[in-house]
This record gives sequence, structure tokens and C-alpha cells, in this order.
Amino acid sequence: MQPVSTSTQALPTYPPEVHVALLTYLVQLADTSLVLGHRLSEWCGHGPVLEQDLALANIALDLLGETRSLYQYAAELEGQGRTEDDLAFLRPATEYRNPLLVEQPNGDFAHTIVRQFLFDNFHYHLLQQLQHKPDERLAAIAEKSVKEAAYHLKWSSEWMIRLGDGTEESRQRLEKALRTLWRYADELTTPTPAEQTLQTAGLLPDYASLLPAMQAHTARVFADATLPLPEGVVMQQGGKLGRHSEHLGYLLAELQYMQRAYPGMTW
Amino acid sequence: MHKPIAETQKLIANSQQLIANNIWQLLEEVSDPEVPVLSILDLGIVRGVAVEGDQVSITITPTYSGCPAMNTIATDIRLRLLAEGYSNVTIRTQLRPAWTTDWMSAAGRQKLEEYGIAPPVDGTATGHLLNLFGADTAVRCPLCKSDNTHLVSQFGSTACKALYQCDDCREPFDYFKCHA
Repeated sequence: MQPVSTSTQALPTYPPEVHVALLTYLVQLADTSLVLGHRLSEWCGHGPVLEQDLALANIALDLLGETRSLYQYAAELEGQGRTEDDLAFLRPATEYRNPLLVEQPNGDFAHTIVRQFLFDNFHYHLLQQLQHKPDERLAAIAEKSVKEAAYHLKWSSEWMIRLGDGTEESRQRLEKALRTLWRYADELTTPTPAEQTLQTAGLLPDYASLLPAMQAHTARVFADATLPLPEGVVMQQGGKLGRHSEHLGYLLAELQYMQRAYPGMTW
Repeated sequence: MHKPIAETQKLIANSQQLIANNIWQLLEEVSDPEVPVLSILDLGIVRGVAVEGDQVSITITPTYSGCPAMNTIATDIRLRLLAEGYSNVTIRTQLRPAWTTDWMSAAGRQKLEEYGIAPPVDGTATGHLLNLFGADTAVRCPLCKSDNTHLVSQFGSTACKALYQCDDCREPFDYFKCHA
């Protein structure tokens, strides 16, 4: 897709290490919303009921919109002539920087809800702070996206409660999903070297400052869902540094197929 | 010697203002592809028009990040202006301040309701995380005008709409979400 317009905004100037860290981080954020948006789009036509099928597609679309703004910014900041499409379609899995959580398969509806809840709780609270940080363009993207992320968090939180405090079947499925997915939660708030550089430079909130609000919301949702908080789970990470599970390769094979098979094609 | 230059500058400024006014009128004729009764001015997405020489620059702001109508709207603006001879048109997107339904015109709200879409109810931006299972926004049915309606889903046929149903006439209808 062509961007609506090429921005003519002046690009910020940072010291080299901050510039590189910002570029890495923009790609990480964009990869994250692209991969999760793609996963959600896999539900299209398969949702449990029409209204929830629409909800999943709507959330996927919001995430894709955020992705495009971030890749466009990254492409301009990089200044190597790459476009948003090049970044999405022409990088191998090892160059993708999304956390492991978002590439996990949809599984059943409970899996999709747990994955979404863990992500939304982080995403919403991150964007809330990011919109007040000094990088003007990133803050503007956050200000735009945080309104949408609030709807997402409300939706996934309410489904956590419905499924947890629902039928025996829904609760068992939710518990199973938690056993599978909780291990990917901590990676979201564990900073990479690039994120640490940006935190030191004041461009990114310190993740410790997000935790109280995130944990309070989790505690409230789990209490309403009558679920105990998982304890003693060994955490997995690596996606933000390019070490992915096998699932990402299959996802990208489908996402990137057209541009790989017919380079430069348009419609 | 200075006076003629000042006069000329004034004339140029006046003519640029006339061109800008003309362009605002043309933009009134560009409609939202998803909600064709609304012009893009009704929707409140045009943030500015600037004219310099033959160069026209229009700033628009997206409603929702992923709204697929934005590309169509940009193309429609170009085509409408091209038809009037404006070929040097730049369309910029501006994310900040983020679009809000407060920018939707009163005429736009009325047209929406007549079209069968309930207009946004101001001051009811929901989606706040503390409002889990909170009371639905009271929305009047655009068809039978009953206030006896309920929310079916926050996510409707497009990113900007929620799905409601009327408990009197039983018709489902779209509600243009308050977004602030």
C-alpha cells in the first residue's frame, strides 16, 4: 500500500547511539503490532459469533494502522530508501523484533483472549506514558493509538472475566491458555539494550513505572474472573532480540508470500 | 516605491485567500467512502488548507489508525481538485492532536441520524479500562427514535462504529462511537 503522503516533517537529531536505539525500537514496536494484527486477522470468518469475529478484525485493523505509522517513521529515520512495505515484507524472522507472546498461535478463543489481555494491559499502559515523551512523532503515534488500545483492553478484560467466571468448560480452557501463555508475559516489560538506551535518554518510560498500574488491573480482572494469579512460572524471552519460536517463520511465510514470490508486485 | 510592492503583496494574499476558500468549498463535495452522506468537512478530518503560488497543501487527520478509507479520501481529494485545475496538491497526514468526534459538525450529526446511523453522544467516550461491564451509553434509535436500546458490540461494521439494537422496533443499527 502507498502511504497517504510522504511526511515532510523534519526528522529529530539524536546522538548516534540513541538514533540507532530508536530505529531498533520503532521496528520492534511495529513488528509487534504487525505480528499480533496478523494473528488476529487469521480469525476472520472463524470467530465464535459474528460480533466477536468483527471485534477481532477491528482490533487487527487498529494494530495494522499503528504498524504502518511506526514503519513509516522507521523508514524515514533510517534514510536508506526502504519503505514500510520493505520493512514488513522483506525481512527474515531473525530480523523481526516482536516479543514471543504475540507470535504464539491463536489456539482456541481462550488462548487468543489470554494473549490479547497480556498484550493489551502492557500496550495500553505503555502508550499512556509514551504519548507524553519528547520524541514528537512517536508521541503522536502513541496519542493516536492509546484511544484504540483502551477499547482493546476493555474488550479482552471483559472476556477474561466472562470465560474465567463462566462455564466449567470456558474456565478449563482459560486455565489451560494461562498455563501456556503466562510464561511470555515478562518479556514485555524486560528492557532490551536498545530500550535501556532510550529509557536513559528519557524517550521511553521506565518499565518499572508501568508495573503498578498493570499489576493492579491484572489483579482486578483475575479477582472478577475468580482466577488465582499464576505463580512460580519460568519465564521465556528472546523475541525482542530476534530469537523466535518456530511459529514466526510460518506466520511470515504466509504474510510475505506475495512479495517473495512476485517481488515488487502491486495491486 | 514601496507602496506598489505592498499593494501587489496584498493582491497576492487576497487571491490566495480566494483560492483557499474555493478549495474549502470543493472539499465539502468530497464524501466519506464508508458513510457517503458525510462530507470530509462534516467528519472534521480536514485540519488545514494552505495555498502558495500554484501549490496547494491539505492537512488531514485519520479517524482511526487503520481506517482504510483514508487512502480513498486522499485520492478523492486529488481527483476533485484536479477536475478544477489544481494539479499541484500535497496531502499531509497529521496524527496530533488526535481526531475526536467533537470535530464532527452539527450538520454532519443530523445527516448521520437521517442516514440511519446514530450520531456520537458527546462526553461518553467509553473504553476506559475501569469501566468494565459498565452501563452502555444511552443511544437513541435513529429509526424509531426510542431510547430503549442496548449495545451489542463495541466493534461494528467499521472501526468508528459500535453495533446497537433497538428494544422497541427491534432493528439493529450502527452507532458512531464517541471518540475523545
